[in-house]
Amino acid sequence: MKRKMEVSELIFKIIAYVLLIIFAAMCIYPLLYALSSTFSSFDAVTNSKVILWPVGFQFEAFKQVFMDNQFWINYSNTLFVTFIGSIWCLVYSILGAYALSKKRLLGRHGFNFFLVFTMWFSAGVIPQYLNYQQTGQILASIVGGSSMFDIDLKWLIVLAMGMNATNIILLRNSFEGVPSEIEEAARIDGATELQILTKVYIPMSKATIATVALFFGISRWNGYFWAYRVLGTQQQYSWPVQVYMRDFINKNTNLTLQISENPDWEIGKATSMVYAMVVLAMVPILVIYPFIQKYFAKGVNMGGVKE
Amino acid sequence: MFKLKYDDFLIYDEATGTYSMSPEQQVRDETERNRWKSTGLTILKDWRLYLMLVPMILVYLLWKYLPMTELLAAFKYGNFDDSADRAWVGFNNFKTIFVGDRAPEFWMAFRNTFVIAFYGLLFGFPLPIILALFFNEVRSNIARSIMQVCVYLPKFISTVIVTSLTLVLFSGKQGGDVGIISKFLGAISGSNTLHDRLDDGLVYSLEYFRSIYIITDIWEHAGYDSIVFFAAVIAVSPTSYEAAQIDGAGKMAQMRYVVLPSILSTVVIMLIMKIGGLLSVGYEKLYLLCPDQGVGNYQVAEVVSTWSNRLGGDNELTAYGIAGEMTNNLIGMILVIGSNTIARKASDVSLY
Repeated sequence: MKRKMEVSELIFKIIAYVLLIIFAAMCIYPLLYALSSTFSSFDAVTNSKVILWPVGFQFEAFKQVFMDNQFWINYSNTLFVTFIGSIWCLVYSILGAYALSKKRLLGRHGFNFFLVFTMWFSAGVIPQYLNYQQTGQILASIVGGSSMFDIDLKWLIVLAMGMNATNIILLRNSFEGVPSEIEEAARIDGATELQILTKVYIPMSKATIATVALFFGISRWNGYFWAYRVLGTQQQYSWPVQVYMRDFINKNTNLTLQISENPDWEIGKATSMVYAMVVLAMVPILVIYPFIQKYFAKGVNMGGVKE
Repeated sequence: MFKLKYDDFLIYDEATGTYSMSPEQQVRDETERNRWKSTGLTILKDWRLYLMLVPMILVYLLWKYLPMTELLAAFKYGNFDDSADRAWVGFNNFKTIFVGDRAPEFWMAFRNTFVIAFYGLLFGFPLPIILALFFNEVRSNIARSIMQVCVYLPKFISTVIVTSLTLVLFSGKQGGDVGIISKFLGAISGSNTLHDRLDDGLVYSLEYFRSIYIITDIWEHAGYDSIVFFAAVIAVSPTSYEAAQIDGAGKMAQMRYVVLPSILSTVVIMLIMKIGGLLSVGYEKLYLLCPDQGVGNYQVAEVVSTWSNRLGGDNELTAYGIAGEMTNNLIGMILVIGSNTIARKASDVSLY
C-alpha cells in the first residue's frame, strides 16, 4: 500500500530541499569564486567583476606562481611535514590506543585521564611557545648547534606538533569494538602482541584509521599558527606553504591593511596570484577527500567517547 | 572518635610486656608483598603492551605536560630572558590583570572570548542538527551524497585560506571596487553605517566583525558537525515513524516526539563537548583576522589567547599574558567538568 504524503510532510520536504541546496551552494561558492578569479583578468579581479565565471581570461597569475621558487620550496615542506608528521602521529596513536583498549592494562584509568586531561586544560600560547623553543634548542645541541635556527625546524614541527587526544580516543573505541574471540584465536596460533595489532586490529578498524589519518593529515596540511610562531621570519626555507601564502598577502596586497608599495595594477596581479596559490594549496585535499569521505560516518562514531 | 585498634595487628605479651606482630597480620603482610611481586610479574610478562604506551606517553609528557611547568612564570615578575632577575611575586600578576593596570585589556579580551564563544554556540550548535534532519528528508542517495560532499568540504580548508577568502569577499575599496559580498550587502541594505565601513572592508569594522566571524565559522563547521547527528537520526527505526503516523502525528509532531527523544543523548554529548571547548575559541583564525592593535576590529576581535600571544612579544609583560590565559583555561576546564556533571545528574548521559 502506497502511503499518501501529508501536506505538512510535503511542505517540510520542500523547505528541507531548498535550504539544503542553498547551504550547499554557499559552501562551495567561495571555492568556485577563487578558481574563477585565478583565470580572470587582473582588472576584473580588482574591480570585483567576477561573480561566478571567469571574466576576461588570463593565465599569467598561474604562470607567475609556477615560476615562484620560494612557493614550491614551501609547498614541498608542507608535503614533507604532512606525510612524515601524519605517519609519526599515527604510529604512536595507534600503539597507545591499542594498549589503552586492553582491559588487562594496569593503571588504565590513570592513562586515560592523562590523555583526557589535555583536552580539558592546556598551558596556553606562551608556555607552549617557550616549550617549543627549548625543544628546538635541545635538538640543535644534539647535532652540535648553538641556536634553534641551526637545525631545520621542519623536524620540530614533525615531532612536536599535531597532537590530538580525540583521535587517540576514536582509535581506542574502535579497537575496543573488535571481538576478543578473534584475538584469542590469533593468540592460540602463537601471534605476538605486535602481530595481533597489525594482523587483526588494524585491518578490522580500517574506517576509523582512515578517518583519523585524514584528520592528522588535514591538521598538518593546514597548520599555520605554530609554524609561523616558531619559524618566524628567520627560517623561510622551512616555512610551510600556509605561512608563505599569508606572508605574500601581507606584502603584496592591501587585504591585511599593511600599506603595500606596489602600484595598483600590481595589486590586481598579486590578488590573482593569491587565488592561484589558494587553488594549488587545496588540490591535494580535493584529491584525497572523496576517497576518505565515505568512511566518515563510520569512523566518527563519537557515541562512545567515555573515559 | 577515632581510636587506633592495635589489637588487630599486634599481640601484647603480658609476661614480657612487649608487643609482637599477630599471625594474621604476618599473613596479610605476606600477601601484600606478593601482590606487588605479582603486579611486577604481570607487567614484566606483558612488557610489549606497556612498551607500546611509551611513545604516546613520552610525546604527551614532553609537549603537553612540560609546557604546564612554565605556568609557574605567572607567579613571577621581571625580565623574562634572565631567570635570576625574576622574583616570586605570588598573585600580584593576577591582581594586575584583574583589577590593576592591565585590567581593561584583560577584561576586554575575556569578554570578547566569551561573547564570540557564546554566539558561536547559540547559532552554531542548532544548525548541524537541523541539517541532519533535513538530510534525512532527502530520499535520493545520490542527491544526498552530492550535498554532503559540498557541506563537509569547508571543514578541510585551511584557516589561512578561509581568512584570505573572507578578507577578499568582504573587502573594501582597496585600489579597486569592494568585495563581492560587501557589494551585495551594500546593495540590499542601503544602510549608511555599512557604506561608511566599506573603505577598510567589513571584516575590520567594529559592527560587522562578530557576525562575519560567526558566519564563516558556521560555514566551516556546520556541515561537518552534522555527520554525528545524521548518524543518530538515521538510526531511528522506521517503525517508530509509522506508529506515530497511525496515531495521527503530523511532521512536526513526529519531529517532536519521535526524532528528538532518540537523538537527545547525542545532542547532550555534543553539547558537553562544545561547552568544553567554549573558551578555547579559534585563536589562529582571530589572529589572522586581527593582525595588530591598529586594526579597526581590535576591540571586538582580541581574545585572551591572542592578547596573551601579543604580550609574549614583550619581556616584562609575558608574565601577565601567561597569568591571563591560565585563568581563561582554568575557567574552561571548570566549564567542561561542570557541564558534564550536570548532564550526568540530569539525564544519565555524560561524556567522561
